[in-house]
Amino acid sequence: MVELQVKTRQHAGMHLHLWETDKFKTITFLLMAKAPLQEQNVTARALLPHILQGGTKTYDNRKKLKQKLDDMYGATFSADVQKKGEQHVLTFRMDIAAERFLSDQTSLLQEALHVMHEVVYDPKIENGSFSNVIVDQEKRSLRQRIRSINDDKMRLANVRITEEMFKGEAYALPAYGRVEDLDSLDSKQIYSVYKEMLQNDRFDLYVIGSFDDSKLMETINALFKEDRQPQESTKAAAPSAPVKEVKIVHDHQKVKQGKLHMGYRTHTSFDDKDYEAAQVANGIFGGFPSSKLFTNVREKESLAYYAASRIESHKGVLMVMSGIEFDKYERAVEIINEQAKAMQDGDFTEDDVEQTKGMLINQALEAIDTPRGFAELSYHEAVARFSRSIQDRIEGIKKVTKKDVVRAAKKWELDTIYFLKGEDE
Amino acid sequence: MKPLEFKQLEETLYYEQLDNGLDVYILPKHGFHKTFATFTTNYGSVDNEFIPLGRTEPIKVPDGIAHFLEHKMFESEEGDVFHTFGKQGASANAFTSFTRTAYLFSSTTNVNKNVETLLDFVQHPYFTDKTVEKEKGIIGQEITMYDDNPDWRAYFGTIESMYEKHPVKIDIAGTIPSISKITKEDLYTCYETFYHPSNMLLFIVGAVDPDEMMTLVRENQRHKTFPESKGIERRVDPEAGKADQPERVITMPVQTPKLFVGFKEGNPSRQSEDLLKYELSLNVLLDLMFGPSSEAYEALYDAGYIDDSFAFDFTAEKGFGFSIIGGDSNYPDELQEKIEQTIESFKQEGLSEPEANRALKKKIGSFLRALNSPEFIANEFTRYRFNDMNLFDVLPMLESLSAKDLESVLHEHFVPEAKTVVVVKDDKEQ
Repeated sequence: MVELQVKTRQHAGMHLHLWETDKFKTITFLLMAKAPLQEQNVTARALLPHILQGGTKTYDNRKKLKQKLDDMYGATFSADVQKKGEQHVLTFRMDIAAERFLSDQTSLLQEALHVMHEVVYDPKIENGSFSNVIVDQEKRSLRQRIRSINDDKMRLANVRITEEMFKGEAYALPAYGRVEDLDSLDSKQIYSVYKEMLQNDRFDLYVIGSFDDSKLMETINALFKEDRQPQESTKAAAPSAPVKEVKIVHDHQKVKQGKLHMGYRTHTSFDDKDYEAAQVANGIFGGFPSSKLFTNVREKESLAYYAASRIESHKGVLMVMSGIEFDKYERAVEIINEQAKAMQDGDFTEDDVEQTKGMLINQALEAIDTPRGFAELSYHEAVARFSRSIQDRIEGIKKVTKKDVVRAAKKWELDTIYFLKGEDE
Repeated sequence: MKPLEFKQLEETLYYEQLDNGLDVYILPKHGFHKTFATFTTNYGSVDNEFIPLGRTEPIKVPDGIAHFLEHKMFESEEGDVFHTFGKQGASANAFTSFTRTAYLFSSTTNVNKNVETLLDFVQHPYFTDKTVEKEKGIIGQEITMYDDNPDWRAYFGTIESMYEKHPVKIDIAGTIPSISKITKEDLYTCYETFYHPSNMLLFIVGAVDPDEMMTLVRENQRHKTFPESKGIERRVDPEAGKADQPERVITMPVQTPKLFVGFKEGNPSRQSEDLLKYELSLNVLLDLMFGPSSEAYEALYDAGYIDDSFAFDFTAEKGFGFSIIGGDSNYPDELQEKIEQTIESFKQEGLSEPEANRALKKKIGSFLRALNSPEFIANEFTRYRFNDMNLFDVLPMLESLSAKDLESVLHEHFVPEAKTVVVVKDDKEQ
């Protein structure tokens, strides 16, 4: 059985998850803020983690904040935005060295929480709003980051198929925001989105590492005194409607390798009884180097260097990705379709099922050997607002049978075939 | 078996050199589910001229062969070893760098079996003309994938521009024409020369009992025979001195231009403690000059000359070494000027002790954080060992460094003639 003694508590409108363990040489803090993904605020929210790191009340520019972190034995602070189903999640992370390894005894834990609290709650304010200079810098930076997606063709293909496949659904919105919103956004608007975030988002604070529970709670009590009334009413994502017709989208660009992505709707999300079976199905299909896609697309026909599939837990998406020569498009699509059909026909062995179950359990156990991996797995429950602990999920995988896998695979529907190819192809 | 205790880090490392010359290291990790193992040969893309085992004349092999060999090792008479690992609940992988080829797995079950599988597949070459031909298509696609990646192209472009002859300038995977020449005979020659146990290191970290594991490895090796090896004669000369090309422009489709400033290391023959001290000092110094808390970073970010792709890195191995600073920028000229100015002003004004201490403290914290990762420990330990250093000496070495050490590295490494400046621009721009 997996030992994971995580204490959960509520405090100041936050969900606390405390995992005391001495297996790490660090203490990790993660604060996640979650709200439904919405067109009207997605870009402003995407800017928030960057603006907040641009300056706080005490450390009023980026450099001072970074120097403070350096002084704390190179504490790291980072923040980003992600999409979980149709939820928009802002993550603030901090890592500090566990005090027992340092030659001078300092109280890093208290300082760390203080800095984290300040970044989130006490930004640098000018005329009742964010500093215009910081906002402009971060708008420019975001514009450049979004443009640079174009230089990473695998990522670009993923962005494009998501746009096309989910047109009209919230899931089509990119977590990192949209260039077209940037011009009209000013610091006042972003600040009001920030205030909403502070009041309405669901907050989850994870603390992972070796600490003294009562000292930690003392610090949290002293720092986090906010009177939050978060709203937690939406589901992780709207369910997918049945697919009427497969969409085919081809883009042309100056590239040497074609990127073939195929998107399926799994009609299975985290709170579904088939959740674990769908993971096993993806594992047999394209999740590992021993899977059908790798074996058939790469090893048997040498069509590609990579051919794999990934599953998304909340919207219920299965994404196949492969890099191929332009003229191998038809053959690759044919093989991928055949392999998907083989999954639905039960054309795989009991051994394949057992082997894949073993690899998935392996993956989960490995994930909880890192603070972030643990938080990532645990946070699914917050997103889905459905209790299915990591241990329960591991037990669930063990019980999956071949029949379950076929049932889960039979729900898959191919929705969109996307191909990025050369200019003259 | 010898236990080596590192009290300050709460780690105990177990070591034994087997009769066949294989170095085995085991690091038990309390509380971890996972075991991670790497089986690494001291052989990478730069080892392209050597005297093959049992012969007297040196040969030169096609570019990309070390990486090609890595791909081919996964195949045996029974098929693909990924399936064997899969059945045993492990995920396996491999990588080739300039100087190393590593095979690895991680698993939370069947650890003993997986360790045996790792040893057995790497020590059992099986190549046929047909499978070698088939692999050319797969690796061809891998090369094409990297061709479309501007960051990769820029990184290699910078190295290429620094070196005149040294094979570090050749892409690790080779080129489509160079790999087309590879034959199964070439693969066997490289294999026999470089995969001798005396040129390899096994590192196992995680949920293991060191005695039991060492016995298993010893038993596994006892049943295999290897020809005698008198050490490998590599014929690649170290390359120091001035950068081959001071400036270079690469055109390819990019959204934002990129600028990289590279410095070629003037003394690439350092090993052991010398190298440890030098590379740690240089890394800390780079962070001090260009890290996110530096004055230069702030000025560049505020002016919009850089974004968060801005980074720096120092690589040092036997025979070559370089630092690279840069990233995406719409103002490559201004960025270049600021990088050069920053180095100059550090040289003129020197370093303050408090500044140096802050950067050193930061490095200590980041080293401790890295020790959470079994992957980091196994990979880095092996690299350190191959350069005659010990990973666990990093902490005491960092604690002993001062502003003076950083300053001497500053004056030694960042010399004008060692510099190359590479710009990557869109081909549509004139």
